[in-house]
Amino acid sequence: MTTIGFLLPIALLLGLGGLAAFLWSMRSGQYDDLDGAAQRILTDEEDGPC
Amino acid sequence: MATLAPPAAPSSLDLFVAEPSPGTRRIDLHVPGIHCAGCIRKVEGAVRALPGITHARVNFTTRRLTAEWQDGRQDAQAIVAAVEGAGFDARPFSPSDVAAQGGDPASRRLIKAMAVAGFAAMNIMLLSVSVWSGADGATRDLFHLISAAIALPTVAYSGMPFFSSAWGALRQGRTNMDVPISIGLILATALSLYETVTRGHEAWFDAAVMLLFFLLMGRVADSLMRDRARAGVAALLKQSAPGALVRAPSGETEWRPIESVAPGMTVLVSAGGRIPVDGLVLEGSSSIDRSLVTGESLPEPVKPGGQLLAGTLNLDAPIAMKATAVGEASFLAQVVRLMESAEQGRARYTRIADRAARLYAPVVHLTALLTAIGWLIAGAGLHQALVTAIAVLIITCPCALGLAVPAVQVRAASVLMQRGILVKDGSALERLADCDTVVLDKTGTLTLGRPVPAGRLPLSASELALAAGLAAKSSHPLSRALLAAAKAEGVTPVVLADVSEHPGLGLEVQHEGETLRLGRPDWAGASAAAQGHLLTLAFRRGEAPATLIPFEDPLRPDAAAAVARLKADGFDVRILSGDRESAVRHAARALDIGTWAAGQTPAGKLAAIEALKAEGRRLLVVGDGLNDAPMLAAGHASIAPASASDAGQTAADLLFLRDSLMAVPQAVETARRADVHVRQNFRLAIGYNILAVPIAMAGLATPLIAAVAMSLSSIIVVGNALRLRAPK
Repeated sequence: MTTIGFLLPIALLLGLGGLAAFLWSMRSGQYDDLDGAAQRILTDEEDGPC
Repeated sequence: MATLAPPAAPSSLDLFVAEPSPGTRRIDLHVPGIHCAGCIRKVEGAVRALPGITHARVNFTTRRLTAEWQDGRQDAQAIVAAVEGAGFDARPFSPSDVAAQGGDPASRRLIKAMAVAGFAAMNIMLLSVSVWSGADGATRDLFHLISAAIALPTVAYSGMPFFSSAWGALRQGRTNMDVPISIGLILATALSLYETVTRGHEAWFDAAVMLLFFLLMGRVADSLMRDRARAGVAALLKQSAPGALVRAPSGETEWRPIESVAPGMTVLVSAGGRIPVDGLVLEGSSSIDRSLVTGESLPEPVKPGGQLLAGTLNLDAPIAMKATAVGEASFLAQVVRLMESAEQGRARYTRIADRAARLYAPVVHLTALLTAIGWLIAGAGLHQALVTAIAVLIITCPCALGLAVPAVQVRAASVLMQRGILVKDGSALERLADCDTVVLDKTGTLTLGRPVPAGRLPLSASELALAAGLAAKSSHPLSRALLAAAKAEGVTPVVLADVSEHPGLGLEVQHEGETLRLGRPDWAGASAAAQGHLLTLAFRRGEAPATLIPFEDPLRPDAAAAVARLKADGFDVRILSGDRESAVRHAARALDIGTWAAGQTPAGKLAAIEALKAEGRRLLVVGDGLNDAPMLAAGHASIAPASASDAGQTAADLLFLRDSLMAVPQAVETARRADVHVRQNFRLAIGYNILAVPIAMAGLATPLIAAVAMSLSSIIVVGNALRLRAPK
């Protein structure tokens, strides 16, 4: 019974973490240009802004 | 003619510049030429090399460059010039386009709702499995409580798309699939909450949230499909000029967006350019290709005083024109008004899922009511009767039914996309499957809408290399067609220097002591018999007699095969064209089409369509021109080629991007097969209900049974949708 006391919160927090990560990645535009990401990996150059 | 210089660099680009934060400026440019990693690097590199640029990034999916710079240190023209210097065309996106394209908010909202529902479904399922495997007493109550804490916000947030759609339908006195979904969801959550509070044995949170998750997957796929089609259409629309080169009385020229061109202004149109507004010719004479607007396939000569329609193509020489009608008064606006009135019929179409819901909802709700009454009569308590009735609602909640249609339509749209056919939305596929008569436009639809040399080229290889070398220096459609034909024959054009272009006449060059001319037959010195035929070029080398090169607007590749296949599919095939009778008769005979009409105006076409509809036919309209737009909107379903006018592309339900007309039978056959799969899915979903409802009515449906049955039926329905194959 005591194990449930910490296993449950851990499971829920992990799930929440995954959800938060997904929402963050969507908001920061990571899914806006999927084809472009596939192409950019072919260039060697540093890909930072400017 | 000296004032008619080629278009200067657009100077009104600043109208497209946005100010995302104080001190910075941003512009979005459509760069259609980007197709590889190297292009991304070249374009971004060219822009980043400019001083003052703070951000430059290409979105490869939408072929869009976003550039930001510090105000005052850079300007939009220099950025466009840099992209053009790297060898790419760049056109500005207007701020309104950018807002419309910046990730559809509806899709984003649905994806977020799905993510939340997915998270909740997994965690609640985790807790539910413990309950099903024997947790009881305080543990079970605790698990129910935690489930409730997760499920309530989830249902409130992720269920919103369904609730608002259901509420919208109910307020208008209609019902759709979202009504039974919402009722089921709300009742399942309310009952589970009651059970949790009263420390009951069974809570249905997992069923409610899983149902939401499955349904949202269907919605998201459907919404993404529509976004993809819309982005495709937007990219096509971008290919037409959004502005005009205006000459001020002082003689200065300025490039203006189309909205700020007023009647009376003098507009310059280069050879090979599209006429941006309706008007009259002021200076210069040329010939005008009206095929995209009226369907007339032969170019028409114009001289000062002649009428010009927006959207037509200026072929031979640069002209200056006076804008007469813009906006509401233009020919385009008249066509758009016809289109809008024609579209009203289509708005009355009811989607197949909503028709199913009309039958489904009353049956299910009546069954639940009868269950409650039955249990009361049989002597059960009010609580047990209600729980059983709600269990019936939960188990029949149209999970599979909600997926039955979108799963098939998304699959159909994606297999059509592989064949170069864009489907704008799912209802287009449903309507397409119903059609029994095809009405085809001729110019640009049955034909390619662009000239190619008729028959074999009458030139030797060396002559062809010289003629192609001349043609390479011109943007005239016939020159381009000749160049393409030469390249197709494996001839490399001779590189010629100092070619002079004589507007309206042709091209001339001195090469190895000979004068070469390519152009109008009379100018190049051909016999008088050929004069006046505008779809003919003549090539002359030195003092040798000129060779005539006739052109024609050919039928699309496999047009005949496509028409035959449509007939084999049971369609009544007809032609309705704005072109001359002789041209239409010729095409009709070549394609073996018995019923045709020529010389139709947009209103005439619309009237013909309405007459056919009045006979009870369901029309599939295939057309491309501005004159076809009203009939595309009036048809039960409509298809347009990617080369269609803006209005045509907007009005059509489907667009095909390749040259082959085979796209039409492919689209129809896929739509019909999709219809078969949708009906199979409905039968599967109903079969599932026939099995599950008696169990629920008998009061034997536990949350475990509901979860298993729901997942199983959803997987079967999606699996059946995936069986749909790409058309031959």
